[in-house]
Amino acid sequence: MGGRLPTRVLRWVVLLGFATLLAGPFVWMAITTFKRTTDLYDVKNNPFLFNQPPTLEHLRLLFKETLFLRWFWNTTLAGGAVVLITLLLALPAAYALARLTGSWGQRLGIGIFLTYLIPPTLLFIPMSRVVAFLGLQDSLWSIVLVYPTFTVPFSIWLLMAFFKSIPRELEDAAMVDGLTRFQAFLQLVIPISFSGILTVVIFSFTLVTQEFVYALTFISSAQHQTVGVGVPIYLVRGDVYFWGSLMAACLISSLPIAVFYNLFLDRFIAGFTVGAVK
Amino acid sequence: MGVTRRDRVLGAAMFGPALLYIVALVGLPLALAFLYSVGDVKVGSVGYHFVGLANFRSVVQSPNFRGALWHSVVFTVSSQVLVIVGAQMLALALRDRFRGRNAVRFLILLPWVAPISVGAIGWKWILDSIYSVINWGLVRLHLVNQFDTPMWLGDPKLAMLSVILVHTWRLLPFSTVIVLAGLTAIPRDIPEAAAVDGAGFWRTHFEIVLPMMRPILNVAVLFGVVFTFTDMTVVYILTRGGPYDSTQVLPSLAFFTGILGSDLAEGAAISVFLVPILAIVAWLMLRVAHRAEVV
Repeated sequence: MGGRLPTRVLRWVVLLGFATLLAGPFVWMAITTFKRTTDLYDVKNNPFLFNQPPTLEHLRLLFKETLFLRWFWNTTLAGGAVVLITLLLALPAAYALARLTGSWGQRLGIGIFLTYLIPPTLLFIPMSRVVAFLGLQDSLWSIVLVYPTFTVPFSIWLLMAFFKSIPRELEDAAMVDGLTRFQAFLQLVIPISFSGILTVVIFSFTLVTQEFVYALTFISSAQHQTVGVGVPIYLVRGDVYFWGSLMAACLISSLPIAVFYNLFLDRFIAGFTVGAVK
Repeated sequence: MGVTRRDRVLGAAMFGPALLYIVALVGLPLALAFLYSVGDVKVGSVGYHFVGLANFRSVVQSPNFRGALWHSVVFTVSSQVLVIVGAQMLALALRDRFRGRNAVRFLILLPWVAPISVGAIGWKWILDSIYSVINWGLVRLHLVNQFDTPMWLGDPKLAMLSVILVHTWRLLPFSTVIVLAGLTAIPRDIPEAAAVDGAGFWRTHFEIVLPMMRPILNVAVLFGVVFTFTDMTVVYILTRGGPYDSTQVLPSLAFFTGILGSDLAEGAAISVFLVPILAIVAWLMLRVAHRAEVV
């Protein structure tokens, strides 16, 4: 463990270099958040130092005078609804593929996997017509309807692998005791799959917060937007960028998701590696 | 293990709702995308007339489209090369357990985890024409003249470079964790045995570790290509395709034509050009999945 000294030095050089490049923008967001505007806009100042005392003015502006909280609420609401729909559709479907469809399950599973290669930028034009046809344009419900198109396939794929790892004997024993297969699924399989379900909840929710194209296409008024579109598009008035508040919003909308995501990373990777790693 | 008839019926009932949803909201729009691309639909128009390949003809002849196709290729290939090289370096550095590994991993993952639209707006501030913090550093290091600093998003060449680098920034963490998963799955004694036999680090890496990681590298590249070729968020936020359409890519052109320009048919025709790439990726992905099951 640890390795020889030159290896360790080289490792830290690589890591610190990349960490600076990758996390640096977030540090810069944090500095900008607390800097006075006059300090930000003085090109003679060292941008990394607080040449004037820090301020909470940008945060006040963000929470009091913009729709940021509204977007936050919209995102949470849409995220919650999408998670619910995703679980209702993906849980039974994944169980069916894992246990009840025999060799068909394998093929259908691969088919499901391939649907998450179909990107929003291929579907958004016809989808805008579908949304209009259903009378959902400029409503938060348009994205609640559409977002499961990418959360459901991904969740089925994740849950299918999860259910396959549960020993069959468990359900067989329960069925000998008089439960039907569906009861065994509800009363046994779902409770012991709690961690798999939690993973699906976290990832569906993060995918909702990260989506940009559909929300930009379907929702045209600022008050119905999500954080992902509201912050970069509607926090800019005309050509005026309120950089302090903008960076505060970026930071606030990134960090909580990052913490959650990190906790469930390994499962998420398993969903992407298609079995190329055992 | 056989599946009984009752199980089959229950299986169909449990899989049905998800299948119905996917057919209605992925299958149908996909079919409509093709249908629109050979029709004459505009926003607000009623009725549909088949126009054959007219949309494709007009699209292919437009210099905007040719430019966007070329930019998409440049954007995808350059960022994928950077991502794969960077991801391998990072994965090698992260392979062993050491103190602080989790903290470093958290920092490195940030760009992937944060909403990309929000990360991109952060970069827009970093690359600002007047207050760019990068330019401040370059001036301080006397690398550029204070009165003639680079216009990162205003100069066509630099704008393309910026878009590529920001997308690389975004995708690098994702590829790193995938490559890392492949790397940690290789039994440690194999490279160690090679080292004992006298093979140096690079020789071990290129002749033993890399070939063993082939499947996982394929997966990382395939997803990377899909995420890059079909992405319009970075371009939309940083440059809106400008200056002078120099960073316009296929998805953003489809958006400007089909959604903002209300020409659904031509927009659909442009986005249908994404399909061949996606089909190739899907086919390669199936081969990877198939092999993984055989092994």
